[in-house]
Amino acid sequence: MKSLLAPGHRGCAGCCDAIAAKFALMGTGEDCIVINPTGCLEVMTTPYPETAWDVPWIHSLFENAGAVASGIEAGLKALGKKDKTKVLVLAGDGGTLDIGIRSISGAFERGHSIIYVCIDNEAYMNTGVQRSGATPYNASTTTSPAGKVSFGNPRPKKNMPEIMAAHGSPYVATTSIGFPKDMINKVKKASEIEGPSYIHAHSPCTTGWGFDTSKTIEVAKMAVQTGLWPLYEMENGEITKVKKIGKNVKPVDEYLKMQRRFKHLFTMEGGAEEIAKIQAIADKNIEDFGL
Amino acid sequence: MPRENKLDKEKMVVVEGSYAVAHAVKTCRPNVISAYPITPQTHIVEDLSQFMADGEIPNCEYINVESEFSALSALVGSAAVGARCYSATTAQGLALMHEVLFNMSGMRLPTVMTIVNRALSAPINIWNDQQDSISQRDTGWIQLYAEDIQEISDMTAQAYKISEDKDVLMPAMTCMDGFILSHVYEPVVLLEQDLTDKFLPKYEPEYTLDPKDPLSYGAFADPNYYTEFRYLQEQAMQNALKKIEDVANEFYDIYGRYYGGLIDEYRTEDADIIIMAMGSVIGTVKDVIDKLRNRNVKVGLLKVRAFRPFPADAIRNVVRDAKVIVTLDKNITLGLNEGALCTETKSILYNTDINVPVIGYMLGHGGRDIKVDTIERIIDEAHEVIRNGIKTESQFIDLREEIL
Repeated sequence: MKSLLAPGHRGCAGCCDAIAAKFALMGTGEDCIVINPTGCLEVMTTPYPETAWDVPWIHSLFENAGAVASGIEAGLKALGKKDKTKVLVLAGDGGTLDIGIRSISGAFERGHSIIYVCIDNEAYMNTGVQRSGATPYNASTTTSPAGKVSFGNPRPKKNMPEIMAAHGSPYVATTSIGFPKDMINKVKKASEIEGPSYIHAHSPCTTGWGFDTSKTIEVAKMAVQTGLWPLYEMENGEITKVKKIGKNVKPVDEYLKMQRRFKHLFTMEGGAEEIAKIQAIADKNIEDFGL
Repeated sequence: MPRENKLDKEKMVVVEGSYAVAHAVKTCRPNVISAYPITPQTHIVEDLSQFMADGEIPNCEYINVESEFSALSALVGSAAVGARCYSATTAQGLALMHEVLFNMSGMRLPTVMTIVNRALSAPINIWNDQQDSISQRDTGWIQLYAEDIQEISDMTAQAYKISEDKDVLMPAMTCMDGFILSHVYEPVVLLEQDLTDKFLPKYEPEYTLDPKDPLSYGAFADPNYYTEFRYLQEQAMQNALKKIEDVANEFYDIYGRYYGGLIDEYRTEDADIIIMAMGSVIGTVKDVIDKLRNRNVKVGLLKVRAFRPFPADAIRNVVRDAKVIVTLDKNITLGLNEGALCTETKSILYNTDINVPVIGYMLGHGGRDIKVDTIERIIDEAHEVIRNGIKTESQFIDLREEIL
C-alpha cells in the first residue's frame, strides 16, 4: 500500500506520530482531507516550503480541530462533494483532551461525519514534555517532575473515549500503534460509519518517555499487555469488542522500567508502593474489560 | 466622487436592521453559515436560521457552533474547501475569535462577517461603541463601517466581492452599530436577488483542499519565510484600497446606490472644520452640519468607510485645505488617551506638507447617546482651535464628572 505520508519528514527516529499518521491514512485511503492541530506532527511534516503530505492537509490552530473539521465537512456537503471524501483529524492528546475539548465536544454533539484520531503520547511533546490531561499517574514530565516530595504526575489519565461515547458517537475505539492491523482496521471501520467517530491511539514517544528509538512498538505492545491500555470498541455507547490479553498478561513494572519517565519509582523510597498503585489500575482494567 | 443615491421608493420595505443584513447575506448565496448567539448580533443569525428552515438558502449548511471561537474556526475549514462563508458576532464574541482572525487572514481565506459593534467587558455592557472591532485592527481583516441600515445591507455584497478578489483574498468585517442599526426598523431596499447575482459572481477559488490535487494549508514558516508572508498580506491590503473604490462604483452601476468608496464627503468643499467619523453617528453629524451651514458655519464631514485598509491618500486629499480636523471615536487606546481614528489621522498627516491641527473626542462609549448639542459644542471648540490653537489634543466629552 502506498504511504500517504512521505519519508524525509523531520520527526525523531522512532517517532510515534509518523507511525500513527501513516496507519490512519492506510485506514482512510487517499480520498480524505486531514486536519492537524498544532503539535509535533504538524511541525515535523510541514516546514514551509516542504510538505510530507500526499493528501490535502490543513493546520489552523491548537484548540480548534473539531471546529475546522466541522466546517470542512459542512463545506463539502454544501458544495456537493462530501459523498466519498473522508474528513480525518489527526490530533495530539493536548489538542484533544485539554485545549481542544470544547471544539471536539461541539463537533461530536452536532454529529458531523468526521473521523477523529487522537494520537496520545501522554504529554505536550512539541513544547518539551509537559504534563497533559492524558499523562498517566506518576509519570515524570517537565511540569510534573519527580522530586524529593513528588512521584511525578499526581493524577490518572482523563478517560477521553468514555467522554466521546457519552456524546452519542456511533463508534469509539481505543487502539495502539503497537498493533498496526488493529489501528488500520479501526480507522477503516470508522471511515465507513456515518457520523462522528473517535479513535484514541496510544503512541509511545521515544523522546518524551525516554526509551531507545528502536523500541517504540515494543513499548506500545507492553502497555497493552500489562492491561494499562485496553483495546476495545464501543458502538453507540456499548462495548462491543475487546482485545483479550489472557495468559500473556505482564506485570506493570516490566512496562515502567522500559521508560525514563518512571525511573524514579525504582529508586525512590516508597516507589514500590506507587508501582503497586499502578498495578491496581491495570488490574482494574483487566477486570472491567475482561481482558 | 459624490454620487446621487437612487433609492427606489417603490421597492422600500420597513424592516429591522438585522433582517436587512440577513436578507443581504441570503442573496449572496452563502454555502456555510456558522452561528453563536450574542446580543446584539443574535437577530441576524436567527433570521438566517429561519431562511434555512424555510428552505430559502440553497446549497448551504448552517452550523450552530458551541462558541464564537468555533464559529470562525469552522469557517476556516469551510473557506479552505471553497465555500462562501458567513458569520456575525460582537464584542466578547469577537474578542474570543482574536486568534482565529489572524489565522484566517494569514491563510488568505476570504469570508464576510458582520460585526454588530458593542462595548467590551468589564464593566459588562451590551450597548454600542466600536471598541470591539477597533481592537482587532491588526488582525489582517478588511474593516468597513456603515452609516445606516441601507448601507450595511448593501455593504455585505460589496464585502464579498472585495474579499474574494484574487488580488486581495483577505477576510472582511462589515461593522454596524449595535442596537442603533441592528434593532432599528426603517425603510430600506432589500438587496435584490437578480441584481446581486449579476454583481457578485459565484465564488471559484484558485486553490482549495481537494483530494485530487493535494495541497498543504497552514505550514509553519521559519524566519527565512515568515516576513514575506506578512509583506504579501500588506500588499493585499494595499490592493484592497483600489478594489473597495472599484466595487463601490460597480455597485452603483448595477444597483444605483452609493455611499462612498473608502471614504465619503459631505459639504467639505470649502470647509474650515472637517469632522471625521465612522458608523451611525454620521447621521447626527450631517444634521448638525446642515443646521450650522444655514448660519454660514463652514463645516463638513469626512465619513470613513474603510478603517482597514486605512485610506491615507483619500483622507489627505480632503483635509488638505481645512483649518482644523476633528475626529470622533467610540473607542479608546488606554494609555494614549486617544481614539484610533485620531491616532491614525495624525499619523498619516505627519511627514507631509499638510499642516492642519487634529483634535480628537472620545464619546458614545457603552451606548451613551451622542446628542446634537454635543456635536455643536465640539464644533464650537474647533472654532476656538482655529482662533487660538490646540489646548487639549484629545479628550472625553460628556463625562459625568459628578460620579467620578
